[in-house]
Amino acid sequence: MNTYKALVKDLAPKKFHKKDQLWMLFLSVIIIAGLVAYIDQILQGQKVTNMNDYALWGIYISNFVFFIATSFVGSVAVAILRLTHNNWRTPLVRIAEIITVVSIVMAGITIMIDMARPDRLMNLFLHARLQSPITWDVVIIPTYIVISLLLLYFPLIPDFAILKNYFRKKKPKLSKWYGKLALNWTGSPAQKAIQSKSIKIIALMILPVGLLLQTIDAWLFSTTYRIGWDSTNFAPYFISGAMVAGIGGLICVIYVVRHYKKLEKYITDFHFDKMGKLLTLVCLIYLYFNINEYVIPLFTAKKGEATHLDTLFTGSYSVLFWVVTIIGLVLPIIVLLFKNGRKPKSMFFIALIVVIGSWWKRYVIVTPTLLHPFLPIQGVPESWRHYFPSFHEWIITISTLAMALLLITIMVRYLPVIPIQRTADELGLNKKEQEENIEL
Amino acid sequence: MEGNKTDRRKFLDKGLKIGLAALAGSFGLSKFSSKLSAKNSRSSADKIELMTTDGKLIQVDSSEVIEVEKHNDHDSTYNVREGMANRKFVMVVDLAKCKNALKCQSACNKHHYVTGDNAWLKVYDMQESKDTAHYWMPMMCQHCDKPACVTVCPVDATFKRRDGLVLIDNDRCIGCRFCMAACPYSTRVFNWGEPNQEVTLNMDLIDHMSSPEHAGKPSQIGTVDKCDFCPHQVQEGDLPHCVTACPNGVFYFGDKYEDTVTNGEETLRLSQLLEDKAGYRFLEGLGTEPSVYYLPPVDRLVDFEDGLEFYKEYESVEKPEQ
Repeated sequence: MNTYKALVKDLAPKKFHKKDQLWMLFLSVIIIAGLVAYIDQILQGQKVTNMNDYALWGIYISNFVFFIATSFVGSVAVAILRLTHNNWRTPLVRIAEIITVVSIVMAGITIMIDMARPDRLMNLFLHARLQSPITWDVVIIPTYIVISLLLLYFPLIPDFAILKNYFRKKKPKLSKWYGKLALNWTGSPAQKAIQSKSIKIIALMILPVGLLLQTIDAWLFSTTYRIGWDSTNFAPYFISGAMVAGIGGLICVIYVVRHYKKLEKYITDFHFDKMGKLLTLVCLIYLYFNINEYVIPLFTAKKGEATHLDTLFTGSYSVLFWVVTIIGLVLPIIVLLFKNGRKPKSMFFIALIVVIGSWWKRYVIVTPTLLHPFLPIQGVPESWRHYFPSFHEWIITISTLAMALLLITIMVRYLPVIPIQRTADELGLNKKEQEENIEL
Repeated sequence: MEGNKTDRRKFLDKGLKIGLAALAGSFGLSKFSSKLSAKNSRSSADKIELMTTDGKLIQVDSSEVIEVEKHNDHDSTYNVREGMANRKFVMVVDLAKCKNALKCQSACNKHHYVTGDNAWLKVYDMQESKDTAHYWMPMMCQHCDKPACVTVCPVDATFKRRDGLVLIDNDRCIGCRFCMAACPYSTRVFNWGEPNQEVTLNMDLIDHMSSPEHAGKPSQIGTVDKCDFCPHQVQEGDLPHCVTACPNGVFYFGDKYEDTVTNGEETLRLSQLLEDKAGYRFLEGLGTEPSVYYLPPVDRLVDFEDGLEFYKEYESVEKPEQ
């Protein structure tokens, strides 16, 4: 592989096969179904959901929290690994950046699905009140979208220049697009200096902004009096949970992309081993905050708190709670402690469990609390004492997940999933050959 | 007071300063002197009895009595978001008298055109612990002085007024339901679908401008509703619908600044009532500072069980017959 030509050929985006197109079609069908359901929700109102005056938030919100969480991967896998000089991150960062952009955009979309009056979206700006955590979200989400887009774009510029040359003869149209995005990149020392400085600043910025994003997300809940939400532990609890969901999602996507793009040469067992250790670490941190959140209140067991914990430990949400905690968190930690557990295939399944667990974890955070208000639930239909999402809610939610996967797929199709320039630099490939503007 | 101040400010703003003030002063003086002379000539038969704010009866010469100019609520300076000047509305709910007749609820549902599944005023079957007595507890918006719902609203759709009311601007609400999550009293109700008020609202909307001061007239899909403390009734000099509908005199409505509350039959000193009957506020420990006080359910005249006749665990709004 040791020629520059071979490297570019390996890493340049490739045309989709039948299978990939079928996958895109499958996702598109789900998205259209979700779109139809959403239009119906707009026409009929949110009575098409199973939400009610008690379970006033449902999977739209827990799904939103999930997307916010996975968007944290940009801060962890890119910024933190960069600041700690973990150079093994190189072949992984691009996918992390893609997941970050897609997740945060999807978070912005899903929170609007929960709004019963999306026609009044502008009120959030026209009548904004700074004291409301939702206004903080209105500020932080677009900020994070911009920063994560820059974090994706800046390191891509040299790669775009390479791709422009690579596709010059094969696909002139595509080459033109890459050329435009490359912003006349020549790789001169002056350009390189500006670029590396910019990336440094962006990587530094995404860390505090990412932390704030997760924190504000937690504050949406902990600024209320609700038992189970009214917790000073919530922000770090959400931050650590976001690391788990983010790294889990990253491992899943990397495994699939590596498999389909045949990148085993570049993303090796070594990288999986490293990511496995990182996932173990964040899972342990998350477990620590889980203990803070669910075990310590048992000691004082104030009446409301005791009722809430009973529902989770032995009551109507106990199965979900224990599955999410034991299988979704404790089991992965145990498996990942073994070297064989950190092999790619095992890691993929573990990460998949972690991601699914993370999704349901947010459901367990949002729903049970709402069903235990301070006053008893009386004078409303019996069905209001429970909540399980309706058909509309499921279709719409699944379609947001499909939309995220579709966006990731499209990006993986057109962007080099492994940074070409950086890899070449790190491998110390012939500089001269690079400068020859190879055309293949 | 407030009106006088603004009048004076306007007066000064017009540029009529010292000269005019002096003129007015001399005019006032001449009026005063004429009053003095008139007083001497009048007979004492024209005196009328009045009650002072601290409850004393006094006699005043009828010529001294000038009718207080009523605040005109329909004038253009009245701001619905600011509310009525120098008022602070409170409610007292005497749990000892409540026997779950539910007339309050049906009156509230009717006059606010409530069509959903969840009434704005509910009477709860309460029991503190398994060895203590059951009692009936009417619960409506507590119009907190530190309202959690107002704090979290991102668009200022729900707001707190100087007269103590917490109201909702349904033209602005975006339907995020954060206020409902924030309210510890579970009194906020959402219009999940089209309110379908045609049956109940019918002709009442003619010439009616929707206002936060009469919630539910009409309700809007995808927005939050709740008890509004009936400022539309107060404007007409009436008591809230639940107060007048209650056959047992459970609800007292009044003004904290005047220190009086009334249930329509008797008018009482608020401070005295709360002191005599050990009034308290619900979930005081949360620090929301509600405007609703409860009197404990002691020395009850009726058995709790009598109220069970009307108790419906799964219904609070009667549906019109199809």
